[in-house]
Amino acid sequence: MGGQDAGEVAMDGHDFALWEKRVDALMVLCSGKGFFTVDGLRRVLEDMGEDAFETMSYYERWVASVNQNLIEAGVYSTQELAEKLAEVQARGADYATAATPEMATPDHTA
Amino acid sequence: MPHDHADHLSPSGHPYRADNDGPLSYWQSMEIAIREILIDKGVTTPAEIQAQIDAMDARSPADGARVVARAWVDPEFRARLLADASAASREMGYDIGALRLIAVENTDRVHNMIVCTLCSCYPRNLLGLPPDWYKTRAYRSRAVREPRAVLAEFGVRLGDDVTVRVHDSTADMRYIVLPARPANTADMDEEALARLVTRDSMIGTGLPKSPAP
Repeated sequence: MGGQDAGEVAMDGHDFALWEKRVDALMVLCSGKGFFTVDGLRRVLEDMGEDAFETMSYYERWVASVNQNLIEAGVYSTQELAEKLAEVQARGADYATAATPEMATPDHTA
Repeated sequence: MPHDHADHLSPSGHPYRADNDGPLSYWQSMEIAIREILIDKGVTTPAEIQAQIDAMDARSPADGARVVARAWVDPEFRARLLADASAASREMGYDIGALRLIAVENTDRVHNMIVCTLCSCYPRNLLGLPPDWYKTRAYRSRAVREPRAVLAEFGVRLGDDVTVRVHDSTADMRYIVLPARPANTADMDEEALARLVTRDSMIGTGLPKSPAP
């Protein structure tokens, strides 16, 4: 990437969403606990190829890399992840509901 | 204007990102799943995650600005900062973690700027999280190829007699620019000087503010 042609630097910014802050925190905590290193985070990012930098946002790439590293470190299995993902996605259609198990009860009316 | 809801601006004046209130995305559900598994397994706790978010939120360019201002008023601290910026920052109570922090000094002959061409390495422990533009492909690609053109986009125009040095950060080696102290600040104290130090002046894409006349 360094040295390639590219357009003007976009100066617009955005406030980090809660899920992005949580990804950042999980990366710092899990690397601090020794499950992987910053180099491990970057290895997966580099392996994604250039397409990922066009199609995924910054913290989307990070959460994908954190996940890959944690599975490689044996913290959880792909099976455990698949089951939890299904459970989360069944809770609701937006982040706030899906991130809050107690809100996803059958009698919940938003 | 920042409080005009019709414009969908956040309190900081930035537009809300669409995925803040849109349908649950696959990667958001991935974040929830990973976090809950780690909590279920006792690897971390909700309190620990929140404490880490709070610690990161508390960091801001004001921290780096205090370090810069100290270097401007205290020649011995400046020497220690240029020798070992991690240790000098820790002296002031900042948690720098394991990464090696290197301060590079701007003078009237040398202008330094920092980039991370591979991803987004940034002196986050002193400046907080990097601005979005620091992470863009455009900045990362062009900073090392045509730094003067990039600086011009940020409004920084340097004479031909000024050498531009671009420092490419790595995972465990981070740079911070020690900007040159502005003119006409001889009577200002450390606290007032710190208010002249902008985030971009510590990345090298800006210059410190001039004192009010």
